[in-house]
Amino acid sequence: MAKEELAKNSLEALKNADQHPVGDVIRKYFSENFENEFIAHVFSSSSNILLSILVMTAFAGGTASFLIWLERKVCARMQVRLGPTRVGPFGLLQSIADGIKLVFKEMLRPKGADPFIFYLAPFLPATASFLVLAVIPFDKNIQVVDIDVGALYVIAVSGFGIFGILLGGWASNSKYSLLGAMRAGAQMISYEISVGLGLLLIVMLSGETSLREIVFSQYGTVNNWWIFKLPIFGIIAFILFLISSTAELNRGPFDLPEAESELSAGFHTEYSGITFSMFFLAEFINMFIAGAIGTTFFLGGFLPFTIGIEGFDNIMFMIPGWAWFFAKTYFIIFLFMWFRWSFPRPRIDQLMNLEWKFMLPANLLNIIIAGAFLTLGWLL
Amino acid sequence: MSIQNIDLPPSVTIEKADDESEEYIMNIGPQHPSTHGVLRLVAKLDGEYIKEIVPVLGYIHRGIEKMGESQTYVQYIHLTDRMDYLASHFNNLCICLTIEKAMDIGVPERAEYIRVIVCELQRIESHLLWWGVLGMDLGAITAFLYGFREREMIADIFDELCGARLTTNYFRPGGSFADIPDTFIPRVNSFLDQMEKMIVEYDTLLTNNIILHERTKGVGILSKEKAVAFGCTGPFARGSGVDFDLRKHAPYSVYDRFDFDVPLGKVGDSFDRYMVRMLEIRESIKIIKQAIKGLPDGPYRSKELGSYKLPKGSYYAEVETPRGIFSNYMVATGKSQNPYRVKNRSPGFSNLSVMNELAKGLKLADLITIMSTMDLVIPDIDR
Repeated sequence: MAKEELAKNSLEALKNADQHPVGDVIRKYFSENFENEFIAHVFSSSSNILLSILVMTAFAGGTASFLIWLERKVCARMQVRLGPTRVGPFGLLQSIADGIKLVFKEMLRPKGADPFIFYLAPFLPATASFLVLAVIPFDKNIQVVDIDVGALYVIAVSGFGIFGILLGGWASNSKYSLLGAMRAGAQMISYEISVGLGLLLIVMLSGETSLREIVFSQYGTVNNWWIFKLPIFGIIAFILFLISSTAELNRGPFDLPEAESELSAGFHTEYSGITFSMFFLAEFINMFIAGAIGTTFFLGGFLPFTIGIEGFDNIMFMIPGWAWFFAKTYFIIFLFMWFRWSFPRPRIDQLMNLEWKFMLPANLLNIIIAGAFLTLGWLL
Repeated sequence: MSIQNIDLPPSVTIEKADDESEEYIMNIGPQHPSTHGVLRLVAKLDGEYIKEIVPVLGYIHRGIEKMGESQTYVQYIHLTDRMDYLASHFNNLCICLTIEKAMDIGVPERAEYIRVIVCELQRIESHLLWWGVLGMDLGAITAFLYGFREREMIADIFDELCGARLTTNYFRPGGSFADIPDTFIPRVNSFLDQMEKMIVEYDTLLTNNIILHERTKGVGILSKEKAVAFGCTGPFARGSGVDFDLRKHAPYSVYDRFDFDVPLGKVGDSFDRYMVRMLEIRESIKIIKQAIKGLPDGPYRSKELGSYKLPKGSYYAEVETPRGIFSNYMVATGKSQNPYRVKNRSPGFSNLSVMNELAKGLKLADLITIMSTMDLVIPDIDR
């Protein structure tokens, strides 16, 4: 595959690319531009972790507010409306204006609510989603930390978010919140199995658990992406992953925990101001993460769309990896938005039936068949 | 979770669950996104399952019937706009029919045709709103805006016709207060063309959606006998196969001249009620087309009288609104210009009474489905 002309784009070259932790990238930029000793000290390599945290938090906030804007625009276009247009160009600053409003709003606490858990709960889902961002490979050399058990880490940490929803619903002392939280608990725990099995399939095929290595296992033409590498089953696995992560994200059509026509707002009925916006923030970052995970596992991550023709591939390689990553991620996010604004919501028992009677067997079957393919060496 | 004591009205005989029990009482409404107004449902739940539902009314009671006693007969017409605000033309028409019956006022041919066109337009308008709101109740928010897109065209037509989009107050005894404007027929025609295209889109978006089928089929089955026993009318009862439509079986105005079908359901579940309304939109389009074809020239109102004083006696008229039978009963002393007593029958009240029978044993989400297929308008129930 790696010919002489393509040497700089070869798998080895990509793998050995200088792997900057995110902090390094920032530090490099600042130390080049500031000669002040103090600033150089602040941006020394020992502050990498702090810098990474700072950058990823800012990134998460920016992504969430952009996604809120995008969601409003996409749904408006689907519904013959314009969406936000007033604040900033194309209404881009609308979510920032909303965010400021939410920050300054009063945090109300219903009578009888447990203050400690009530105020703690909103920050758990947001924390969980911030943590997952740490292992996402944005480019061949942009990743906060490349841990060996990245896939396990993603599944484990993203499952942590459910605690916030359960505790928040429980501590609110409201029946709507309680029902919403119970639904959320049942739904997210069930669908985590399907998400996990979907990712397990790729881990099994690629033999890697590090997210960066999983991306590199898809190196080559577009046929090497895991979605296309398995004939048909890759696409089935991808569709199953999309459905189960939609449910995992509590997004429409599976937004039962906050079904507004039944439970007014579900688990966050009683939350207002910044506590409400933390739930909201977590929801949107989770959507980005689901898109990023889908991209990494199925769509070749930051690898470009190549078809094996040299000239075309070279042009594709000129587009930076993070651009490919974001393009693919936002494609999946668009799919999530499309689902949300087209389908009605199923009932809770139907949702559970879908998982336990259809999705789980289908996923298991998929794994068995893929395993057979793997042992027989039938992979493309 | 501790069971909070809810102040229940004395008329509600729901027994409070004790502390040992898993059952609890939840208030759905008066402020709730899917009660579409200020209906309050006191629900006894066991987890997600519904044990009992007791509707509590009176949150938007304005005493319209009592107010009617101090208004003249013609003044009462505009009050009825505020009852079923999605079918104000029908309410107006019902009062006009009562007065016409009592005073033996003839209605010119053209006025009758205008009444039919306007009423059927409003039936489509009301069904469109119901369709959109059903979509929203089931979580398909896009349906809501699609329904409102076409509804807006009808609202604009009404705006031009009588100056109001909702509280129309258009009909008068013997016809209507003004003739239709020149642009009325072309606009209605262009609406019908649009509607016929869009109803296919509606089917693609919602009717053929598998989740909608899952949510509505077999949910809230109302038997034919029960529908009759509870006095249910309109599409709600026709979904259960009760073949009764005033337009067909006791025609008022000139409905007997048009060729249309009365869609009927077989099972009586929420999906049948859904389909009956979707088919009714098509039937209404058929009626309007025939009415536009046969619209004669001539006066739009018979001679206006100085005062409308009903002779002594009691009078009754009924119309088939988008929700069922709306009727008006007036007692006149013959001495004053005001009715002695007014009573209106609203379709929503009888339909709502069957709620507990339908929702018992189902899940909370099914209650919302049943409520949206009932197509409740709360100011109509409370008056």
